[in-house]
Amino acid sequence: MKKFFLPLIAFAALVVFLAVGLKRDPREIPSPLVNKPAPAFSLPTLVGDKPFSPADMQGQVWIFNVWATWCVACREEHPLLVQFSKTQHVPIVGLSYKEIQPSDQANGPLSDEVKLQLARERSLKFLQKAGDPYKLSVMDLDGRVGIDYGVYGVPETYVIDKQGVIRYKRVGPVTPEVLIETILPLIQQLDKPA
Amino acid sequence: MKHILLVVCLGTLSWMAQAGEAQPMAQDPQVEARLVAIAEELRCLVCQNESLASSHAELAEDLRREVRKLIREDKTDAQIKTYLVERYGDFVLYKPPLKPLTWPLWFGPFLLLMLAMGGFWRYMRQRRQRIPHHLNASERAQAEQLLKD
Repeated sequence: MKKFFLPLIAFAALVVFLAVGLKRDPREIPSPLVNKPAPAFSLPTLVGDKPFSPADMQGQVWIFNVWATWCVACREEHPLLVQFSKTQHVPIVGLSYKEIQPSDQANGPLSDEVKLQLARERSLKFLQKAGDPYKLSVMDLDGRVGIDYGVYGVPETYVIDKQGVIRYKRVGPVTPEVLIETILPLIQQLDKPA
Repeated sequence: MKHILLVVCLGTLSWMAQAGEAQPMAQDPQVEARLVAIAEELRCLVCQNESLASSHAELAEDLRREVRKLIREDKTDAQIKTYLVERYGDFVLYKPPLKPLTWPLWFGPFLLLMLAMGGFWRYMRQRRQRIPHHLNASERAQAEQLLKD
């Protein structure tokens, strides 16, 4: 009897391991940035001349959302962000990540001014059409700030607390479930007066 | 998720189509040699089974640019790896560091091997005890009795 059950148990264990492995998303890599201060930067914004830096948000809980108009999954999550911005008072800052793609420069490299102008035009057009959930958007044309934030698959979303510490990072589109079950409770908890 | 992958793959494809295979090598061959040596031990975050040296993904291109910059700034290999680990985690290293969290990874296989060898040894010992079983006189008589019936 033991001889018969032993392989069966081993097989069941294997199935459990494989099933868990199948459910896990290999693209979700634990970020070392959670519970670390948000990396500092200073970047031009989508509108206006004043550059933005994360220090400007000191003292409030905010959401940092990495997006681009060429990113299909960003469009998928966009309506949810728009809805969120209408019902919640937590500011979302957008990071327009590498709006200018290599394909835009197929006919030779563009100057930084032209890139910025083109990126702004495209982003504004998109936001006018689809709605603008952002308090403001910053333009990360060469993706350097993206690297500092460990971005590897847009869209990515961060929750940053009053002290400027990253408390949560999400790779891939924010879903209603993630928003309701994880992000909103976290914001509520962080928003409590200390 | 599927969408992102698709975008990344299509993006990579179209990029490859334009750029062809030969990337314009940076000016300094010494920097390039070090870049390749370092990047071969790093994983591309987008195409996870490719090294940073061989990946065509755009992010890999950007990260190579960063590593190149750090090499020019005379950073050591360890400093450059730390730079990437701080941003992307241990996952970027093909050779994971030895720490409590990775102990199962490093020692698990040896533990399993030892367990298997122990099991095998026990099995062999039991077998050795079982096979040379000679019948004694009374057993032999019993067997003969059975055969007769």
